[in-house]
Amino acid sequence: MATNRKLGVYVCRGCGIGESVDTARLERIATELSAPVVRGSPAFCLEDVQLIKNDLAGGEIDCAVIAACSGRVNTDVFSLDGAPVERVNLREQVVWSHTPNTEETQSLAEDSLRMGVVRAGKTESPVAYRQAADRAILVVGGGVAGMTAAVAAADTGFSVVLVEKEATLGGFAGSMHRHFPTHPPYAELQENPVPRMIREVESHPAIRVFLSAVIESLEGQPGRFTAAICRNGSTERLGVGAVVMATGWKPVDAARLQGYGFGKYANVITNVMLERMASGGKIARPSDGGEARSVAIVQCESAADEGNLPYGGNVASLVALKQAVYLRRSFPGVRVYVIYQDMQTPGMYEYFYKGVQRDPGIFFTRGEIRSIAEDEGGSLLLELENSLLGPGARLSADLVVLGAGMEPAAAAEPSLNLRYLQGGELPQTRFGFADSNFICFPYETRRTGIYSAGCVRQPMDVPASEQDGAAAALKAIQCIENSLAGSAVHPRSGDLTYPKFFMQKCTSCGRCSQECPFSAIQLDEKKQPVVDPNRCRRCGICMGACPVQIISFEDYSIDMLSSMIRAVEMPEGDDEKLRILVLACENDAYPALDMAGIERLRYPANVRIIPVRCLGSVNSILVADAVSRGFDGVALMGCKSGEDYQCHFIQGSQLLAKRMDNVQETLQRLALEPERVRVQEVAINDYCRLPAMLGEFVDVVKKLGPNPFKGF
Amino acid sequence: MPEPVGYSEVHNSILVVGGGIAGLSAAIEAAEAGSEVFLVEKEGFLGGRVAQLAKYFPKLCPPHCGLEINYQRLKKNRRVRFFTMAQVERIEGRPGDFTVAIRQRPRYVNDRCTACNDCVAACPVDRPDRFNLGMGVTRAVYIPYPMAFPRKYAIDDSVCPLEQCAKCVDACSYGAIDLAMQPKTFDLKVGAVVFATGWQPYDAGRIDNLGFGRYADVITNMMLERLAAPDGPTRGRIVRPSDGKPVRSVAFVQCAGSRDASHLGYCSSICCMASLKEAVYIREQIPEAKVHIFYIDLRTPGPLEFFSKRVQADPGVSVMKGKVAAIVEDRSTGELIVQAEDILSSRKISLRVDLVVLATGMASSVDQPPEGPLAYDNDGFLLPDETAPGIFAAGCARGPVDVATAVQDATAAALKAMRAIHQAGAQRNGGPAAPAGDGRAGKAEVDSAAE
Repeated sequence: MATNRKLGVYVCRGCGIGESVDTARLERIATELSAPVVRGSPAFCLEDVQLIKNDLAGGEIDCAVIAACSGRVNTDVFSLDGAPVERVNLREQVVWSHTPNTEETQSLAEDSLRMGVVRAGKTESPVAYRQAADRAILVVGGGVAGMTAAVAAADTGFSVVLVEKEATLGGFAGSMHRHFPTHPPYAELQENPVPRMIREVESHPAIRVFLSAVIESLEGQPGRFTAAICRNGSTERLGVGAVVMATGWKPVDAARLQGYGFGKYANVITNVMLERMASGGKIARPSDGGEARSVAIVQCESAADEGNLPYGGNVASLVALKQAVYLRRSFPGVRVYVIYQDMQTPGMYEYFYKGVQRDPGIFFTRGEIRSIAEDEGGSLLLELENSLLGPGARLSADLVVLGAGMEPAAAAEPSLNLRYLQGGELPQTRFGFADSNFICFPYETRRTGIYSAGCVRQPMDVPASEQDGAAAALKAIQCIENSLAGSAVHPRSGDLTYPKFFMQKCTSCGRCSQECPFSAIQLDEKKQPVVDPNRCRRCGICMGACPVQIISFEDYSIDMLSSMIRAVEMPEGDDEKLRILVLACENDAYPALDMAGIERLRYPANVRIIPVRCLGSVNSILVADAVSRGFDGVALMGCKSGEDYQCHFIQGSQLLAKRMDNVQETLQRLALEPERVRVQEVAINDYCRLPAMLGEFVDVVKKLGPNPFKGF
Repeated sequence: MPEPVGYSEVHNSILVVGGGIAGLSAAIEAAEAGSEVFLVEKEGFLGGRVAQLAKYFPKLCPPHCGLEINYQRLKKNRRVRFFTMAQVERIEGRPGDFTVAIRQRPRYVNDRCTACNDCVAACPVDRPDRFNLGMGVTRAVYIPYPMAFPRKYAIDDSVCPLEQCAKCVDACSYGAIDLAMQPKTFDLKVGAVVFATGWQPYDAGRIDNLGFGRYADVITNMMLERLAAPDGPTRGRIVRPSDGKPVRSVAFVQCAGSRDASHLGYCSSICCMASLKEAVYIREQIPEAKVHIFYIDLRTPGPLEFFSKRVQADPGVSVMKGKVAAIVEDRSTGELIVQAEDILSSRKISLRVDLVVLATGMASSVDQPPEGPLAYDNDGFLLPDETAPGIFAAGCARGPVDVATAVQDATAAALKAMRAIHQAGAQRNGGPAAPAGDGRAGKAEVDSAAE
């Protein structure tokens, strides 16, 4: 055992372990591995945890290897005041999922213990990356989301720099005449809250506002970004700890609405133009400045409509309702037709919709526009299809208002100008939004410390933008706090390790910096990698990528994983006893294996499971190690890839699949069949499928026969 | 935050009420930003309603994936302490200084529980499986589903004869069962409160014309979620409840109770997306099945519309603008007949199907509001702006929303709670707030934060 650690090994007999495997033999193995303290107990999670604490306190040991339940449970009981603890999963993944008291189950338990002891020996205590951090937040964009984020952060004790590219604060919503009702009974349109928000921002002592300003560059890392802010031709450089990106939206280019007669007929306008007229105090027909007697408000969302956007608006229906009210107030006796496909008035907005429906001058009809044309009298003739008015319905109006879609600002122009190897802006999701890929984690960013909020993240209304601004401010604050502690943010929250490079062997290939999903690794002038620890999310993808294996974490390294693989005893001369290595993603596949145990599902006992941070952290040398060491098969279990990926490190499974080319070369060199190694997507709720999945793999490997390298 | 100044009257802890996706998110986000948090959940387990869902729209990913990460974050973070089986009875005070009375029902299983399952094997009493919405039973001592957290059993005292049976006590090797456990009340001193008390499915039995409760094969959308879930009563097989036979044709009835003045006046926001998603469950599992969705408006706001289009592109899925008038059973065949009007063609439709799924809406979960300065709308949802300062609402406690919006709300509420405490400290002190970790639990025992 190549370790300076004094290990205590604690073999629990509870929850059926004692009845299913020979724990005395496990204890003997621990002693043979020269652990100075080895103990057993009917239940280490109860009173006997004190035995472990005493051994630690007395200095007999400095690290505990607890062979009991899964490391996913009893984490507080076995946290042992921060002493290093290694958990060996004898319960869920050995005795609850395999036939008790068989040679193979026993051998699985023994190998699990051996791997745990090796892992403990190879784990070093992390030394956190702790640097001073700027308790300041940069907010890019002075609309509703940005202003809310600024005030929220400033009120919580942080200083804020707010940069707005226009000459005034307020953003798009600032120019609106009235807002939708947000309070019961959801009847009256509301005063625009933006002027009040602007006053709040401008009078806040902790907020510094830069108007007509842009971010020239943003460099550094969470806790210590430097923003170069350019205003009136001069540039100021400021230190900030985190960034909220709230650059908003813009209406879809109205030229795309030509099919509706926009640009051709003066009285075909957009909802944005109508809003401007309302804010200016007078709504009038553009052609003659006169009153309208009948108005059609058209939501341009027809499925056949190529002109607008590939997604629907989620406020266009509400804007239509609001503007119908404006029109009814502006022009006595006017008839307003709202032509829609589906009225999108979710939640309590339904009451607003119902209220507007009660106005006898407002008519709602489902339909799609086939054509809009102007007659000689200057009236617009709308031909509808799929409408409630029946086939070939026609409608005459003297003003047509088109609901234009919302496009995120992110898609339009650069706003952050990050000095990152992997690009200057936040990566975009579907349709160009700077959104998270995760439903449960809407602020899971791919650029640590930079959080998007408001309509640049998703199309949303004003109250939602306010929520989003406050939420992004929380994430920014949280990131600064974690940077100060040198700790990772979600999903490996609290992890103090970060990648270390053995630079003497670096070949400057740059692969680590290319594969890092978070652009945490830059290259210096000699093309050598430099890591920004506070950008890093500790996935280990760089460790998996490095062709010369120079990247490691204090508690996670290729040496550690490879030593664990070598710790497994290879049965010799028995073709029946296959050994299958399973490298399982700790977020999904590993818990799924636990669940299979909890449900007492049985799978083949010849698997040896090692959790990995992400499949992307698996270096191909490990797979080569395993097969040359005699493993008959290797299953690599990771999360779903592709458009709707589930990997929190973006593309772990995909990256590994690419590296499999190397693995296949190795297999070929060793004259081994490619089927011996497979990458498998496993979701957390796939636990029911795991026994069949593993069983099928074992059958495939069985047919191939044992690995001829066994015993070499 | 700035250098802390001690000031005992400002309590820096945040109380989060409700351990569903909104409450969990609020608690963890606040804790990871440096706040001390108490989390109070009225059930025996965290996770709330999302744990009952088979998949989320639009990604069709399993809710347990995010829950697992959140539980890991919770277990690692010593700033969050949580109580299960606990409810808020009363709340008084002001930002920075709230006293909240908590009542905790007995679990009858203590922290010694290792979740070995021996008690379940010994328990002779069944209870309807509430987690599976009455489809199937569990023992009186139970863990509702394999991923449940905390992994400690609980005993349902509405069916368990307690000491008169006590077979579980004998079966338990760890002394984990305490049938004499009593309810207890205790006070928490906190600086701000986040209500994330969630929602409950609208009672479909109240919609007379749709046959729920009368016909076994008229089910709700939440029941379908359980049927489709691998940890559900059928292990994920979508079958007719009446005879367990595979489903060949399904009708979804949208707005079952929503947008209806005699039931829920509002739109429940998520049911259209939920039904489209559930149509995918059916079509993926039973390729020959036909799915019909009857709707008033198909509400798939914003970028979610791509999902709607994708589902509608499936020839096995048809959507029809029309309100369902009635559902009746053909006694001779056991089929259900959906009577509706196709609004676009003004035709009356009569459609025979094997299964009817009612897209029942989201109702407020507040049956008995706690005493305190809380304001509700007519539908029972919290009005955050009219509630007392320092008390915030998040997620479905303030209205029907989807998961991503609930988490957005929760993260915002975490910030608002931190801000309220910071400002209370600043105001009372003429300086910044007191250090974190001031508001301790009374004599209450805190559920172990790890499992």
